[in-house]
Amino acid sequence: MQSNIDLQGLRVAVTGGTSGLGMALVRQLTAPGACVAFVARTAANVERIADETGAHGIVGDVGKKEDTYSIALQVTASLGGLDVLINNASSLGPVPLALLADTECEELEVALAVNLVGAFRLTKALFGALAASARGGRGALVINISSDAAVNAYPGWGAYGTSKAALAHLTAIWDEEAKAHGIRLFALDPGDMDTPLHALALPDADPSTLKRPELSAAEIIEKMLDALQVRATLHAGANT
Amino acid sequence: MIAADRPDRRAARLLVLEADGTTRDLPGAGIKTLFGPGDLVVANDAATLPASLHGTHVPSDEAIEIRLAGWQSFPDPTRFLAIAFGAGDHGTRTEDRPPPPPLSPGDRLRLGPLNAVVERLLDHPRLLELRLPGNRAAVLAALAQHGRPIQYAHVREPLALWDVWTNIAAEPAAFEAPSAGFALDWRTLQVWRRRDVGFATLTHAAGVSSTGDPALDSRLPFDEPYRIPERTAAQVVRAKLRGSRIIAIGTSVVRALEAAANSDGGVRAGKGIATGRMARGTPLRVVDAIFTGVHQPGESHFELLRAFADDALLAKASTAFAACRYRAHEFGDSMLLNRQPPLLSREQNRGEGLETKALLEVCHDVGRIGGISCSARKEVGAMLQRTKFGI
Repeated sequence: MQSNIDLQGLRVAVTGGTSGLGMALVRQLTAPGACVAFVARTAANVERIADETGAHGIVGDVGKKEDTYSIALQVTASLGGLDVLINNASSLGPVPLALLADTECEELEVALAVNLVGAFRLTKALFGALAASARGGRGALVINISSDAAVNAYPGWGAYGTSKAALAHLTAIWDEEAKAHGIRLFALDPGDMDTPLHALALPDADPSTLKRPELSAAEIIEKMLDALQVRATLHAGANT
Repeated sequence: MIAADRPDRRAARLLVLEADGTTRDLPGAGIKTLFGPGDLVVANDAATLPASLHGTHVPSDEAIEIRLAGWQSFPDPTRFLAIAFGAGDHGTRTEDRPPPPPLSPGDRLRLGPLNAVVERLLDHPRLLELRLPGNRAAVLAALAQHGRPIQYAHVREPLALWDVWTNIAAEPAAFEAPSAGFALDWRTLQVWRRRDVGFATLTHAAGVSSTGDPALDSRLPFDEPYRIPERTAAQVVRAKLRGSRIIAIGTSVVRALEAAANSDGGVRAGKGIATGRMARGTPLRVVDAIFTGVHQPGESHFELLRAFADDALLAKASTAFAACRYRAHEFGDSMLLNRQPPLLSREQNRGEGLETKALLEVCHDVGRIGGISCSARKEVGAMLQRTKFGI
C-alpha cells in the first residue's frame, strides 16, 4: 500500500467525488495527508463529504461549459496549484441502458458532454497549473477513469462505451503531446464495481460479484504514486 | 490607436524593436523564432480572478461595482484592496462612470451571494479595503459564481474567465490578465524547447492597469505580490552566467524579476512584493528584453518601457504601431523591445534632430517591410507633425 510520506502535501483534484469510486478516492487520499479538492453536482453531498474528509468541496457540473473555469479557479485557489487531476465523473447516457437505435441523440450528447468533453475542458483549464507543477519538479498527472466498455462492444452500453473509448484515445494522444511539458496522462479501467452508477446500469447485478470501489481506489492511488515516482526519478536524472 | 475588441490571437502582429533602432513587423506567430539557444524566456503564470463584482450598497440601496485591485495578504481571498464605481456597467467607459455612493467604514455591500464589508476608506473616494466574511471555501465559491472578469468598454461581448486566462494560467493571483502571455501557446513552448530556448515562470499578482481616474491612475501600479520558484531563480542565474538574454513576457515579469534582483545579477527565489513604478532611469539588473502589448504614453506600462529605451526609440515604436495599424489593449498586438545599452541611450538623447532622423528612418523601414502604402507614410508624417511623438 502507499506510504503516507508520498501522499503528504500532494495536490489532487477528483471529479465525481461524492459517490462510488470518486468518494473512495477522496477518503483514501485525504486520510494520509494529500490536499484534495473534489467536484460534484449536489451541494448537500459536497458539504457532507467535505465535512467528513476535510477535503475542499466544489459544487459544479463538469458537463457544463460555464462551470469549467469556476471549478478550475476553486481547485487551483484552494490547493495553491495542482499535481494530479482525476477525471472520474461519468454519465451513463440513457438510463435504463438502451440499444443505440433506441438511444436519443440528446442522451448520447450528455454522455459525451460529461465523459469526453467535460474531461477535456477541465484538463485544458487546469493544464497551466499542471505544467507549473511539472516545471517545479513536482508530479503532473491526469488520470482519466475509463471502462472495459471502452474496449469491448457490450450491447446496451453504446453511449457510455463510445464516450469512454473516445476518452481513452484522447488520453493517449494528449499523453504523447504533453510529455514534453512534463505532464503525463493515462486512462485506467477500475473494473466492475459495486457503485451507484453500476446499480443504475444493471440494477439486478449481485453486489457480491462486484469489486468494492475502495479496492479500485487503492489500486488507482498505487498506480498514481508509481507514475509520480517515475516522474521524480526522471526529473532528478535530468537535473544532474 | 485601434483598440482590439476581440481576443483574436491568430491575426496578431508583432513588432520587433532592436536597441539600434531597427524594426521588423512580423505575424504574431513570429514569436516562435525570435529567440536563440540559451536565451531564457520568463512568463507570468498567474491566472486571473473574476475581480468585478456588481451589487448594492446596503445603507443607500444604490448600485455599486467593486473591482478587486490588490491583495492584503496573498493568497487570502477574504481581504482585498478595491476600487468602487457607481451605477453602470462596462458598456460605459471607465472615465465616464459615476463615483460610488458615499461610503463609510463598516458599510455592508451585497455582491450576489457575498456580504462584503467596507473595512477602511483610503485617501481617494473610489479606493477602499474590503472584507469578504466567511470561510475560504465559501468565499472562493461565491467569487467563482458571481464575479466576472474586469470588462473593457472596447470589448462588446462580455468577457468570461476563459477569455482572460492565458494558456499557462496556474494559480489565481492576477486582477487583470497578464496579457502579454496571451501570445504563448503550447506549440510555441514546444518549438522553443527544440531550439534550446529556456522557459521559466513566476507568479505575479498583476493588478488593474487603468481605472479611468487620473488621480488614481497616477498611483498605479499598486503593490503587487509575486512568487519566484527556486527553479526559475536557478535558471536566471545560469543564463546570466553564460551571458544569455533574459526575456520577460510582460511588464509584470519585469517588475517581479527586478524587485527580486540580487547585486550579482541573479534573483531571490520565494515571495516578495513589487512596489512603486518603474520608469526612465530605473536600473534593469536582470531583464534584457521585454515582450509586451501595445502601450500608450501616460499608462504605467508605457512608463516601464522607458527603463528599456529612450524616447527616440519608443517614438519609433509608436510610429510603427500607427503605420502598421497595430491594435492596443489587452487583446491587441505585441512588441519585443530589446534593452538599449545605457551608453547608446545617452547618445540618442543628445538632440531632437537625431530623434527626427530616427523617425524618418522608421517610416522607411515600415514602408518597406510592412508593404505600407503611400497614404500610410503620409499618415506617419502627419502624426510626426501633430504630436511631436506624443511622449
